[in-house]
Amino acid sequence: MTVRAAVAVFPGTNCERDCALVLERLGARVELLWHTEPDLHGADVVVLPGGFAHGDYLRTGAIARFSPVMDAVSAHARDGGLVIGICNGFQVLCEAGLLPGALRKNRGLSFLCHWTEVRVCNHATPFTGRAEEGQTLKLPINHFEGGYYCDESTLAELRENGQVALRYEHNPNGSLDDIAGITNAAGNVLGLMPHPERACEALLGSEDGVVLLSSMIASALQAA
Amino acid sequence: MTTSPHRELGLTDEEHDLIVSILGRPPTITELAMFSVMWSEHCSYKSSRALLATLPTEGESVLVGPGEGAGVIEVAPGQAVAWKIESHNHPSFVEPHNGAATGVGGIVRDITSMGARPIALLDSLRFGSAEGTRTAYLAAGVVGGISSYGNAIGVPTVGGECIFEPSYEGNPLVNVACLGMVETEIMRGRADNPSNVVILFGSATGRDGIGGASVLASAELGPDSADKRPSVQVGDPLTEKLVIEASLELVAKSIISGLQDLGAGGICCPASEMAAKSGTGIRIDLDAVHLREPGMAPFEIMISESQERMLAVVAAERAPEVLDVCRAWELEARVVGEVTDSGLVEVVVSGATAASIPAAALASQAPLLRREAVRPVWLDDLRAAPCGDAPQEDLGGCLLALLASPGGASARWIWEQYDHMILLGTVQGPGGDAAVIRLPGSAAAVALSLDGPGRLCHLDPYEGARLAVAEAARNVACTGARPAAVTNCLNFGNPEKPEVMWSFQEVVRGIADCCRVLRLPVTGGNVSFYNETSGRAIHPTPVIGMLGVLQDATAAVDIAFKAEGDLIALLGTTQANDFGGGDYAAVVNGALGGPVPHLDLQREQALHRLLAQAAADRMLSSAHDLSGGGLAVALAESAMAGDLGFQLTAQPHMESHRWLFSESPSRALVSLAPQELDHQRAAAAALGVPVTTLGEVGGDTLDFGAFEVALADAAAAHDTHPFGAAP
Repeated sequence: MTVRAAVAVFPGTNCERDCALVLERLGARVELLWHTEPDLHGADVVVLPGGFAHGDYLRTGAIARFSPVMDAVSAHARDGGLVIGICNGFQVLCEAGLLPGALRKNRGLSFLCHWTEVRVCNHATPFTGRAEEGQTLKLPINHFEGGYYCDESTLAELRENGQVALRYEHNPNGSLDDIAGITNAAGNVLGLMPHPERACEALLGSEDGVVLLSSMIASALQAA
Repeated sequence: MTTSPHRELGLTDEEHDLIVSILGRPPTITELAMFSVMWSEHCSYKSSRALLATLPTEGESVLVGPGEGAGVIEVAPGQAVAWKIESHNHPSFVEPHNGAATGVGGIVRDITSMGARPIALLDSLRFGSAEGTRTAYLAAGVVGGISSYGNAIGVPTVGGECIFEPSYEGNPLVNVACLGMVETEIMRGRADNPSNVVILFGSATGRDGIGGASVLASAELGPDSADKRPSVQVGDPLTEKLVIEASLELVAKSIISGLQDLGAGGICCPASEMAAKSGTGIRIDLDAVHLREPGMAPFEIMISESQERMLAVVAAERAPEVLDVCRAWELEARVVGEVTDSGLVEVVVSGATAASIPAAALASQAPLLRREAVRPVWLDDLRAAPCGDAPQEDLGGCLLALLASPGGASARWIWEQYDHMILLGTVQGPGGDAAVIRLPGSAAAVALSLDGPGRLCHLDPYEGARLAVAEAARNVACTGARPAAVTNCLNFGNPEKPEVMWSFQEVVRGIADCCRVLRLPVTGGNVSFYNETSGRAIHPTPVIGMLGVLQDATAAVDIAFKAEGDLIALLGTTQANDFGGGDYAAVVNGALGGPVPHLDLQREQALHRLLAQAAADRMLSSAHDLSGGGLAVALAESAMAGDLGFQLTAQPHMESHRWLFSESPSRALVSLAPQELDHQRAAAAALGVPVTTLGEVGGDTLDFGAFEVALADAAAAHDTHPFGAAP
């Protein structure tokens, strides 16, 4: 069977084609879903890709959470379906309340696009199953608002539940506890600032993103 | 003095008389405004057109030459790319953030209008000296503007250059180049078939940018430049992204027959150019244009430079399909007019005619100017002045000074603010000789480089222009690509000054001569005059945008040393006296004078062939162009990029500082596995390129034999921020 992936596209999303290309290469059947679509068309996994949904006007992800497609995404997540939010998609997931916390402007107050080393802190999630515990992945970041923040009790919960899936080896943006990616308590929703889809080919600098995306596809297959 | 309306709009009395004779009556105010933008220097090229006609524009790979939104070049069978550069200098000085941002937006729409998906951006930036009072403010604003706009529209910014030089103190340069990939068919700005309708889509039309072409781009700036801020447009990258998608869908579905973007000159420009090219007319009904604010006068609507707008021509029965596509992308679109057989651009408001002008008169009949050109009298003294080749005791210190200088230091603080990876094509991003971009759905790649040596062109505009083309070509050749096409952005002072005009003439002659020998067609570009503030012109600055072709992206070579034990070799010949206009002269000796380096195009071409062949045969571990700072800086850069030092064993046959810092063209630094050396020597000998082995890669010092610099110290110097810290 083939895993069906829905890639949500908001006005201003710009990584949808990259995500679709890579997921197809990894064996998924991909459908791009315009943000007004109220239905996921039976998708097994949902991808909220990077970009500038609604121009990031007002606040990153703040307008996107009201798009009709987000109701379907929330329902999918509630039912235990897999959802991955990459960069702007992570911001949207936080605004939509599917993940705790928020993303603040980078510590240095400038946009950052460069490679980072990211450590897998929980290899038992549906997105990290193919990683070794403690494995580091070479993944690029590309954001202005990437500093993860939450209150102390939330952070304690995240740590306790193993929800901190990924941490930066060298914190680039002032993110709390070096957090690069977190899951929800159930583990079926992942938000991360680095772009795994940009690290799926040696010619472009790294293949480590495959670890995360192929873990997700394998988990979806298993669930089906 | 009382000024008449035409003078206030930047038209001369002679031009006004000609307008009256073309129309057979005095123009209305709307007509006058339309003439003023279309006949401005920026839109009409009236001072430069005759000279630009001398550039070679043809080649078997050229599918579309100059005169359209962008040149189109076939890079592999069935694969075509659009490539063009534009300036946004004055807007960026007046309002750096939005000036630069809308510069990106404009060139991206040019590329899109050809039916090509924008897949790469490069920027050539020039500011005054880093210590200048406004430099940090301007640089931060420009970089921030490019970053916010380019990142949001999802087009990677993959390369460019940033130079700090007192000559640009009052007049920074912001040149933006864009590469696009034709997705289905090449589109053009045409208004064929009377009865076709004209659709305007994208942002609403507002009062921003009124008269940008005439007010900003075609006059000098002065102390009151801040007053011109309302003429700078404000960008909305979200809408631009949607405009790109909608445009490409309209082309892919073969719905429209003509497409042109709105930039300088507003609606007036595509309406008149599309009609003129097709020998038709266009009638625009201003009541149908969607406006951002009420009460706009007809002339304001016609010449407003509001961003993110396109004009499409479509058969009447297919107009609803255009509106549907735009609606799906959440864009406003309206039928605003129709194609006619009148040959006129007619503007109608509430049923009354506000303007009626022959399209050809607007588009191509601005009176060509034969401006006086006089060689500057100071040039002989300048060339006789010291070229800055005086030796220094501390050669290691000289190297560190060059690596730390604002122009020589790493531009990482700039390009880390740009998304340079999106679209999954960036095989080589910023920081090398050229960007290498794999084409979507293809094994082939293009290599892209921008080069604009203002100091060389100040000393010798003809030779400087030749050196600019040669260096840009060498940059792409070092990646293994075959130089294939040129776009150029010619930045100059006030063309009404004979000395400026002379330098322009010499630069065009230099580009033309060099491109002919290297068989490089010039497929388009842009001229930016009036780069002066308070009467001081910038150095003549032709920015050459070179496009090279690599049939196999995986064969691309970069500048980084790769392996301990690799041999280091110099390809080409170092001349002892090539210091004039160079970085050693400027940074170490504070000199700008003397003759510029000597260029031999036969040697240059042989080097390009050798590099392409060596890359295809996978013989090289690295290749790096020798330019500013000569051999020493190239060695340090390759070492820093690979985080590997080197030991030199070669003995210079000239004074050490000449061997290390002379900037002779037609040279490249390569590293290769020892077993490849004989093969490489044979290949080089066959092409007549001298090969000198210099030493070996390895360790953590830059060991020049006579002196050493720790790799870490070089890297620290190279990371020097021009303003001390992030602005």
